Amino acid sequence: MASEPLVLGIETSCDETGVGVVRGHTLLADAVASSVDEHARFGGVVPEVASRAHLEAMVPTIERACEEARIRPYDVDAIAVTSGPGLAGALLVGVAAAKALAVGLGKPIYGVNHLAAHVAVDQVEHGPLPEPCIALLVSGGHSSLLEVSDVTQGVEPLGSTIDDAAGEAFDKVARLLGLPFPGGPYIDREARSGSSVAIDFPRGLTSQRDLQRHRFDFSFSGLKTAVARWVEARERSGEPVPVADVAASFQEAVCDVLTAKAIDAAAHRGIEDLLIGGGVAANSRLRVLAEERAAGKGIRVRVPRPKLCTDNGAMVAALGAELVARGRTPSALDLPADSSMPLTTVVA
Amino acid sequence: MLLALDTATPAVTVALHDGERVVAASTVVDARRHGELLATGITAVLDEAWVARQDLTAIAVGVGPGPFTGLRVGLVTARTLGAVLEIPVYGVCTLDVLAAEATESGIGEPFLVATDARRKEVYWASYSGLGHRLDGPQVSRPADLATDRPVVGRGAVLYPEAFPSGRAPEHPSAAVLARALAEERVEPLDPEPLYLRRPDAAEPGKRKRVS
Ligand SMILES: [Zn+2]
Repeated sequence: MASEPLVLGIETSCDETGVGVVRGHTLLADAVASSVDEHARFGGVVPEVASRAHLEAMVPTIERACEEARIRPYDVDAIAVTSGPGLAGALLVGVAAAKALAVGLGKPIYGVNHLAAHVAVDQVEHGPLPEPCIALLVSGGHSSLLEVSDVTQGVEPLGSTIDDAAGEAFDKVARLLGLPFPGGPYIDREARSGSSVAIDFPRGLTSQRDLQRHRFDFSFSGLKTAVARWVEARERSGEPVPVADVAASFQEAVCDVLTAKAIDAAAHRGIEDLLIGGGVAANSRLRVLAEERAAGKGIRVRVPRPKLCTDNGAMVAALGAELVARGRTPSALDLPADSSMPLTTVVA
Repeated sequence: MLLALDTATPAVTVALHDGERVVAASTVVDARRHGELLATGITAVLDEAWVARQDLTAIAVGVGPGPFTGLRVGLVTARTLGAVLEIPVYGVCTLDVLAAEATESGIGEPFLVATDARRKEVYWASYSGLGHRLDGPQVSRPADLATDRPVVGRGAVLYPEAFPSGRAPEHPSAAVLARALAEERVEPLDPEPLYLRRPDAAEPGKRKRVS
């Protein structure tokens, strides 16, 4: 291709309607409309509420992205869209919109894996992806450790959560502490004035026995229950709950396990680059702890800026641009939305 | 050149109307694959009629009522295509499309249109013998609407005990949608979904204790 590929990407796998525009490794637009406020009073994302919001936000968000990028839709070389995994009804809105663009513009469409897109987005921040690399993807919907040898071909799952996603644990503990939804940013803020060693919360799947079977897997359900028990015991004894200390100690337990296992995976596979993505990657302690531990092992850490870590269309466009650049075959126009799309599939 | 489509029922139906007549049409009934079938249905009718996408001058879309997931596929497709081609998008009540076809075939007496709303309910509207909508659209239990009048749409197939006088058509046709709109027999609406139900969502109750 004479110039770098220009791709418009659409993301609707959860509660963010994201439309991004990327040329090669350059981010041109990242428009996001979120329905998070509509979900707050339910304490979690309500799929039908999210799907309705995607429909209403879709065309305005596409137009905003094109304006921001100073392009006309006709200029793009391809359309990319998250076709899975995610909420089925929500994915379907994005996939249908992407197909309408593909038909209306006569351009190819790539239905891509949401998790691979979380990895690829780092290219618009830090340049070409170091391949192979280890990717730690943590959000309200996923907690996975992956080995990425070619982000356009497939990623190898090393481990994932066996119960709650890390972000889910943040939401649940926030609720326990009377903090708003989504819990991540509020726990992070509270934790700054608390002590991370005040309470010794359990680290899931880190015992010698668990490590044999679950070396790279995570579990946050036991931690969540332990926090609930501790808070309830306090309440029963009539003592005030030290919110900042609970937040800091809980956050430490999560970040400790995530970073320890990610660094272990890198060392085990002899890989020198660790990439962290997903909404929980916006957590300040996770970033610091990962840097600290990686430095000691000669491992480089890449974390995109927070706005690129949470779900957005730019990450889909970034992966799309890489797919076009490497000459990968586009999807068929009858591509389905696949709520449980496997990690090993990058393009549907 | 009008592109018409409807995904508010198990049918994924697409048609092209050149101002005088329907020049291509495609209908596939598959309640679970709206998202897969609609775009290919559109390219199929364009190809069949030798029409380029740039020749489209308007889009008409069934706005339901209908099961939400399928309904949204049609609406987001119509809105996005309309935006990118810079052409107007009109909505048409899906029940009116069924009524228009029944009227075309000379039903000649007051009738009901009823489609599947799932959860043992139907989306419905009532019409005069000339096809004017008198009541609805609404969502109700079939037993509450039981009638010997003719009933058009899948509701009569699903609930014969409430609706013994079922009539064709069972599903809407985009060809009829296009024709009825072109001939001003149905009222154009904004392309906004007729959900008629609020999302299922419960606010969390008091926290459950773990110990
Ligand atoms: Zn995500």
